[in-house]
Amino acid sequence: MHTIKGSAAMMMFTDISTLAHSVEDIFFYLRELHPQKVDVSSITDLVLEAVDFMKGEMDRLADGETPDASSAELRQKTEDFLRAMKVENGDDPDVDLRKAKSGAQPKPQAAPPKAQQYYIAPAKAEPSGGGGKLHVYEAVLHFELDCGMVEVRAFTVVNNLKEHVAELHFLPEKILEDDQAPEAILRDGFRLWFTSAASPEDVKKILDGTSYLTGLDFRELASTAECGYWPSAAELAAGAAVDAEPIVPAIHKETADAPPPQEKTEKPPAHPHHEEAQVISVRVDKLERLMDLVGELVIAESMVTQNPDLAGLELDNFQKAARQLHKVGRELQDSVMSLRMVPVDPVFKHMNRIVRDMTKKLCKKARLVLVGADTEVDKTISEHLGDPLMHIVRNSIDHGIELPERRKELGKPESGTVMLSATNEGGEVVIKIADDGSGMDRAKILEKARQKGLLTKPEAEYTDKEVYNFIFAPGFSTNDQVTEYSGRGVGMDVVVSNIKALGGKVTVDSTPGQGSTTTIRIPLTLAIVDGMNLEVGSSSFTLPISAIRRSFRPEPSQVFIDAEGREMLIEDGRCCPIVRLGQVYGIEDAEPDLTQGILLLVESEDRLFALAADRLLGVQQIVVKPLSVYLGNVTNTTGITSCTLLGDGSISLIIDPAKTAELIYTS
Amino acid sequence: MSEEILEEEDTQKDKYLTFFLGEETYGIDIRVVMEIIGILPITKVPEVPDYVQGIINLRGKIIPVVDMRLRFHREFRDYTDRTCVIVIKVAEMLIGLIIDGVSEVLTIPAAKVVPPPDLRASKNRYIRGIGRLREDGQDVVLLLDWEKLFSEDEQAAMEEAQTQGTAPAAAE
Repeated sequence: MHTIKGSAAMMMFTDISTLAHSVEDIFFYLRELHPQKVDVSSITDLVLEAVDFMKGEMDRLADGETPDASSAELRQKTEDFLRAMKVENGDDPDVDLRKAKSGAQPKPQAAPPKAQQYYIAPAKAEPSGGGGKLHVYEAVLHFELDCGMVEVRAFTVVNNLKEHVAELHFLPEKILEDDQAPEAILRDGFRLWFTSAASPEDVKKILDGTSYLTGLDFRELASTAECGYWPSAAELAAGAAVDAEPIVPAIHKETADAPPPQEKTEKPPAHPHHEEAQVISVRVDKLERLMDLVGELVIAESMVTQNPDLAGLELDNFQKAARQLHKVGRELQDSVMSLRMVPVDPVFKHMNRIVRDMTKKLCKKARLVLVGADTEVDKTISEHLGDPLMHIVRNSIDHGIELPERRKELGKPESGTVMLSATNEGGEVVIKIADDGSGMDRAKILEKARQKGLLTKPEAEYTDKEVYNFIFAPGFSTNDQVTEYSGRGVGMDVVVSNIKALGGKVTVDSTPGQGSTTTIRIPLTLAIVDGMNLEVGSSSFTLPISAIRRSFRPEPSQVFIDAEGREMLIEDGRCCPIVRLGQVYGIEDAEPDLTQGILLLVESEDRLFALAADRLLGVQQIVVKPLSVYLGNVTNTTGITSCTLLGDGSISLIIDPAKTAELIYTS
Repeated sequence: MSEEILEEEDTQKDKYLTFFLGEETYGIDIRVVMEIIGILPITKVPEVPDYVQGIINLRGKIIPVVDMRLRFHREFRDYTDRTCVIVIKVAEMLIGLIIDGVSEVLTIPAAKVVPPPDLRASKNRYIRGIGRLREDGQDVVLLLDWEKLFSEDEQAAMEEAQTQGTAPAAAE
């Protein structure tokens, strides 16, 4: 908080810095006096609110707007709260602890706060003493090694001095611009040479006011010639030419309660040298480029090892080396793929805040338990997981968890539990959101479903699971009143559409009185699919294996033709049309006899159809590549949305079962 | 950085890659040309206008290829060793143009470019201008308007072609 305050003040964001200051006051009070009665949760609320405010301002900055929202209200609230807390603990609310504490120090404070203080570049600075004899001083300031933001502190010193000195030089020259400066200051001290009309005692006072000082060497020199560093005007001009930006823009101003030199509050964390370098952030397009390259490498490898020129040659050593290359290539591909994987941890952690906010507002008690937060998913999936999870968690708390009194009556622990868990199951990530609340009310949901006209068969025939899954229908809400959190019936609908967009499924199950569990299943990655390669004539296609129910060579007796000449067969008691890929895609050399080819039974949602292909080529893990935008319109009519590269570098078109189903069935 | 770009733009200004298509010489701004490759195995894509020959795999990138002969309603000619694919980048899309052969890079100053005649029955919709190489008007280069060629109305036309193509199929 302290660091935020200092930095914000430095960048002239007064509202942020003053807010941070008032929040810091609370921390300070807690730390110094260890009050007995502390409303921890209210403090957390306040801090979170303050953080939200700052985040909002940061966003506005990022959007190029001026962060000018006023924090006055929030600040007032914070101050009121602190005052109330002090009263409660029997302290005098009007005593400013910081002042009281620093006042106890023997040395008087320098630079009393003024309403506004202007930064003035050294050349323009006028000696405030005026007229008097100029003294020449040398000062070396040593800061505590762990004081943090040492460059800002040095800068503060310069600022405080400016009003009192005629000419001022210091080393290192560029305190804020130079990354090396903080180190140099910590190592050699911050060295200043200046001329001033003020007496040595006054100047010393100003310097003594600096926080985190461990040592101050201060002496008066006979003339500027004795100074270790006293550049001439020409040198300065040359320096200014090199560094076009002045160290301090002369026009900027700052309120005086910006980094107050007199505070000795909590220390900012020491530079986290050790934790760095564990993670680097890389642009996604760079990663994608790498993935493309690795893909090309794999193709190039197979082009070498399966080169027609090698056909018929006995090359034992070459084959051995080629196998090794193949293995390394595969490993490389796997590890590049894993680069895109990120743990779900941040998404899960975010739910903590939601649970907290909601339980506050709804006067409920609940805690969030995270399990398997280190499970990794594709980055795009993790990005789109936040919203659906939020809605489900909200739902659990709003509808599931009962009020504390009610829970007591039921003999449950007063505080409810929402458990978020993530596990890897095969090629899928399974995320479960379980609560120990009241569970779902079958009758109520059925009632609503009837009102909405969602029922398609007699009520008694619906299984519990089917009933519960009605809640995913658009506009469905069992809450009669629209609250801040639910009732509009939008939430669960959003969940389903978001998860579907990720290629996943959502189901919900519930035990009345015991709670309900929402299960999300999503593929590990969107980029890789298990595909079945098939051939029609000389063209090859790929079908996602998840959509294939079974494949078989039909007997002539199985196929029949309806009145309009369409080929059908009976599967599982259902009539299912046969789609000849060769016909649909106009492939001339396709096998005309169905019984010589192979039929793939494809299921998309509830629609079943058979695709007729000539041959199956085998199963392969494929990297999905979208078709060009230029061909974008094509895909709407043919059920082809993307393509993939086969091992030999040739292209195979991926058939989208859902799109193909739309082609066949009129919806 | 911005200066660099400007400079680059400048060196590419008025420069055209010329290529043959039957008897004529066409030119395309060198700025949009990514590379020139020989013909690669083409994978057919169903239900596209006939001039879209299909897609090719250029080092892992999937690029649609357009036969410019068919595009300009010429007779199809079998691809040979001289047949080239010019890969261009239009509005972030990579498109390959199949042409009879590339010629050279020419500088044709704007002053030497005359607009095409505004004929009603003109097929010159996709010609931005005609560059004269010699003062007497012989040796002309037809400058392609690649923006128009692959712009939205092009896609709309494509869509139209498709709906026409699919309508009878649906009636079957």
